[in-house]
Amino acid sequence: MSSVLYDVPGPRAMARNRVLGVLTVIVIAVIVGYFVWRLIDTGQFTAEKWSAFTYANVWLNIGAATLATLSAFGAAAVGAIVLGFVLAIGRMSDHAWIRVPFTAVVEFLRAVPVLIFMFLLYYGLPVIDVRVSPYWAVVIALVAYNGSVLSEVIRAGVESLPRGQSEAGYALGLRKAGVMRLVLLPQAVRAMMPVIIAQLVVTLKDTALGFIITYPELLFYAKYLGSQPSLDSPIIPSTIVVAVIYIGLCLLLSFIATTVEKRLRRSPGGGAVAAANPPLQQGTDTELIVAQGGEPRGPAR
Amino acid sequence: MGVIIDNSDLWVETLFGTLVLFLAGGLLALVLGIIVGAMRVSPIPIARGVGTLYVNTIRNTPLTLVFFAFVFALPPLLGLRLTSAVSLTLGICALGVYTATYVAETIRSGINTVPIGQAEAARALGLTFGQVMSLVVLPQAFRSVIPPMMSVFIALLKNTTVAAGFGVVNLGSLRNYLSERGENQLIVIVWVMVIFVALVLLLSWAQRSLENRWRVAR
Repeated sequence: MSSVLYDVPGPRAMARNRVLGVLTVIVIAVIVGYFVWRLIDTGQFTAEKWSAFTYANVWLNIGAATLATLSAFGAAAVGAIVLGFVLAIGRMSDHAWIRVPFTAVVEFLRAVPVLIFMFLLYYGLPVIDVRVSPYWAVVIALVAYNGSVLSEVIRAGVESLPRGQSEAGYALGLRKAGVMRLVLLPQAVRAMMPVIIAQLVVTLKDTALGFIITYPELLFYAKYLGSQPSLDSPIIPSTIVVAVIYIGLCLLLSFIATTVEKRLRRSPGGGAVAAANPPLQQGTDTELIVAQGGEPRGPAR
Repeated sequence: MGVIIDNSDLWVETLFGTLVLFLAGGLLALVLGIIVGAMRVSPIPIARGVGTLYVNTIRNTPLTLVFFAFVFALPPLLGLRLTSAVSLTLGICALGVYTATYVAETIRSGINTVPIGQAEAARALGLTFGQVMSLVVLPQAFRSVIPPMMSVFIALLKNTTVAAGFGVVNLGSLRNYLSERGENQLIVIVWVMVIFVALVLLLSWAQRSLENRWRVAR
């Protein structure tokens, strides 16, 4: 295997790589071993520490907390995609009085930390007598942030399309809305699907922020369970269980993203729009000829 | 403005807390990220595997969960008492460990943008590994790494607020302190938002100017 960094290894390099490989294994084993030793030493593997997980009720509550996480994620994902389209179309408007405010809103929403936005909804708005439940605070903040990010993704997808696509649409007599809806957006969404799903992984991860504003999702329940003295305060076992669920969910969604990406790369259709139609030249033939100062005279260029 | 002037001590303290988290967390993320990034492009299969495992796991872990593990699960494991200094250190570690995966991926993709012929030409000239790296590969990789790396740091700056949920003093926890002093929470939060927008705009401006200065001419 040749790479930009190193040649195919010869005998000396192979010996050196073997030594470095053994060294890596030793370092990793020391780190992992230390944590396992601490876990055993503080009695985390004893039956009492894990006794909480022998109760059906605990598992029912974990299931309810997982559902709470997923319902916040589902609502936020749908809302973010809708808002993403609205903001993207607004930002690509031909009218400055629409484009400029939309640009300002997108830039603002992208710059504000999601948690601060949740604070605004959950702690700030009650000051003016608007009560927002933790669920809606989580959902609205996630929709606002991820919607603005998705709008940028969709806009980048539309702008990566060759100019000829929209020009062909106009030539067929479509209006602006028709060109956008029938020609540009389907291709842009298809090309950007892996990025959109990756952003949904971020949305799923950020539902965990609800823990801080007392939304009863997985981490919230883990904290509650971990501070029950009657169950021997199993904070570490409950962290492990919740971490496995959270990471499993995110890995599943990431796996879907990579699968979609691979399938798009294989398919001959619009998926690889950006790659399949590299901008060989800036602008169209007509524009090029006009720019060269000549009359459009047909193929002689 | 009254909210800021009357409580300037707290504003300065929390802004300082945010900057400490940002700078220390960023430094830790850079160091760890460079190590992991190097592991991911190394010729040693085991090191590549470990690097990939680390990056894929942590990138699919919510930052709140990383904080949760560091601040709630680690102290009983290591026998630490949760003083403010300890939670600050643990917060910095959580931010560093989480951001390091993004730094590692940025570095790896930066190295991958260097055309393979560049290094082959350098090796054909008889340059040693150190010379190939320092004279040919890294200067080119560095240029294409700068803009995405700044995006990683902008995300890090916004992520410092998560520490507010875990007893680390920063701009995110200001709301809590000021509501104890009977201030209007809505106004406090709006001001915090303004500060973050200003800081992010500052960093994006730095990103653009660095990008223009080190644009890859290819």
